[in-house]
Amino acid sequence: MSKSYLRASLLTLATLGLAQAQSVPAPKDPTPAASQDPAKAQEERIRKLEEEVQALKAAQAAVPAVQPQPLQIGGAGGSAAKALNPDISLNGDFLGAMGRNTVRPVPGLEMHEAELGIQSVIDPYARGDVFLSFGDSGVSVEEAFITFTDLPGEFVAKVGKFRAAFGKVNATHNHALSWTDRPLVTENLVNGEDGLDDMGLSLTRILPAPGDLFLEATAQVFKGDSGALFKSSQNNDLSYVGHLRGYEDLNENTNVELGYSFAQGHNELGHAFLTKLQGLDLSLRWKPLRRSIYNSLMWRTEAVWSQRDQLPTTQKAFGWYSSLDYRLDERWTVGTRYDWSQRATLASQVDKGGSLLATYWMSEFSQLRAQYRLADYQGQGRANELRLQLIFVMGAHGAHAF
Amino acid sequence: MKFQARLRPILLALAGLLFLAVRPALAAGKLNIVTATQDLGALVTEVGGDKVNVLAIAKGYQDPHFVEAKPSFLLNLRRADLLVVVGLELEVGWLPPLINQSGNPKIQPASVGYFDSSRYAEILEIPTAQVSRAMGDVHPMGNPHYWLDPQNGLRVAQGLAQKLGQMSPGDAGYFNQRLESFRQRLTAAERRWDEQMKPYRGRKIITYHQSWPNFVKRFGLTVADYVEPRPGIPPSPAHVVELITLMKRQGVKLILVEPYFDLKTPQSVARETGGQVVVLMPSVGGNKESGDYIQLFDYDVNQLVKAFQQTR
Repeated sequence: MSKSYLRASLLTLATLGLAQAQSVPAPKDPTPAASQDPAKAQEERIRKLEEEVQALKAAQAAVPAVQPQPLQIGGAGGSAAKALNPDISLNGDFLGAMGRNTVRPVPGLEMHEAELGIQSVIDPYARGDVFLSFGDSGVSVEEAFITFTDLPGEFVAKVGKFRAAFGKVNATHNHALSWTDRPLVTENLVNGEDGLDDMGLSLTRILPAPGDLFLEATAQVFKGDSGALFKSSQNNDLSYVGHLRGYEDLNENTNVELGYSFAQGHNELGHAFLTKLQGLDLSLRWKPLRRSIYNSLMWRTEAVWSQRDQLPTTQKAFGWYSSLDYRLDERWTVGTRYDWSQRATLASQVDKGGSLLATYWMSEFSQLRAQYRLADYQGQGRANELRLQLIFVMGAHGAHAF
Repeated sequence: MKFQARLRPILLALAGLLFLAVRPALAAGKLNIVTATQDLGALVTEVGGDKVNVLAIAKGYQDPHFVEAKPSFLLNLRRADLLVVVGLELEVGWLPPLINQSGNPKIQPASVGYFDSSRYAEILEIPTAQVSRAMGDVHPMGNPHYWLDPQNGLRVAQGLAQKLGQMSPGDAGYFNQRLESFRQRLTAAERRWDEQMKPYRGRKIITYHQSWPNFVKRFGLTVADYVEPRPGIPPSPAHVVELITLMKRQGVKLILVEPYFDLKTPQSVARETGGQVVVLMPSVGGNKESGDYIQLFDYDVNQLVKAFQQTR
């Protein structure tokens, strides 16, 4: 830096000197060579300066002036008009099952879900995300919401139908999970696969926090219908969800996240009957930056407390799971999960289960997964099954969930 | 609410522990700039000097395709005046959710604080026919590894000087002065690199990933094949055999590998063919020696020349 400054100032000085030299006799040069022949020295100097000017000019000419390139849109396959079409993606989820499960049997072969994602920026203030789920039981709107990204006060708002910010599993789509199923605690206490997924509003903001702690709060209000979990029998039987999330990088490879969730809504017994849920989720991730496509580890545990008003007495149920995933190399991930959960309507009954998993990544866009699962549904039966899953992604390159 | 009360001390304890980590104070009056990669961070530093605070999300030794959208980046993004991205969908897997969650209107795509560097650079490998994922993880808008041509670095720096000058008109002269200095140093360095690489123009090499087209074009090399059969697809035994045959037949000796790829396959190929694996830095910050934009090429050119000399 200082060198070039020096050079620039020397150049200026030299030019000034040159101009002077043309009008007045050259001052005595201290160097012996110059004192021997001042005219020659001057000529030499002029030549050098000319060279430098030429070099600088050449350097300037070598790089054309800043000229933003026109965006290369569409190419051979599309047209400029199509560029405004939303991004379309499709996630396929094919399941196969072998073995025995008398309590919650799944078909031997099943195209479980084809999820169509349509995503786009709507205008300078908002973007839209729609996910339609096509399955054996028909078509459903899994999510359809607008996100306002341009709000004052660092708020981010969502309006529409979306999976509630209750813990981790609830907000995750099937194809983004590490398993072929959802944990027993989700099945028993948080409305299973469909989960807490309803129409409403959401407001999120990053909170001020000490140090490098990331703290984020989300408040959501919903119409009040989520399968068997919440049911609104009046207009104002709304349900509410709150989520507080703390995240910290322990070092560049390791990070920890702790979340607290709260949900409340009316259940199918009527206006006077409330169901309240509380949840804790803890995730520990390790992913060495230099080896990110080969090795990583994630340990996640979620616990849910449910309090359900019903007759004759309120049921208080608890459940949790703990899961560990390890990426062995570019192609293989192995994992395990333990499940334990009471039942929402009969808390004295406990379901337990355990799973071993292996996932083969054919590419970033398709994976083959095997899950060996044991489960004991108290008083109902047992499961001992092998589930296979094939997941594939078509179309727009979706972002990886964190 | 009972559980909330029970949780409060835990959260407080956690917060207390984390309080020890001191957050770097944001100097007043400086532009806060977040860049997608360290290369762009280095260019911003060249132009912005001490009038800007720079944070690069992807580190130089990290595969820029697979960065995690860690929430901690949001702490910087929400306060950023300018977000500088590589573009061409290099960051498509991780940057969009960060921008969405940032709650910062300034850095939303097409907003005043969103700077797509690819619009200033010469882009190669723009597909002219239909692309599909049968070709692997292709970039349909062209090859995004364009910063590996020093001329593109200069072009992007020029764009940045213009942008920073608009954002902070009082410092426009300062930014232009710094750009000029960068241009002079880079031009001098380029003459040096050209001189060093001159004997090896026209040589064929193998690269692991399709990430060096701008670099090889600039220095007159040719890529004969890739270790990955297709971008993002791990090398298969069949492809490795093909690669060995090709290298033997065409007398290709060098295999260029980024530091974040596994060396096992390239090394076994090199053993079979009497070649050599060269770990080149694709980005500023890839190692200690490549600390800024000019040092990056210094390092890579030196490594390459050394390897060419050893495998002649």
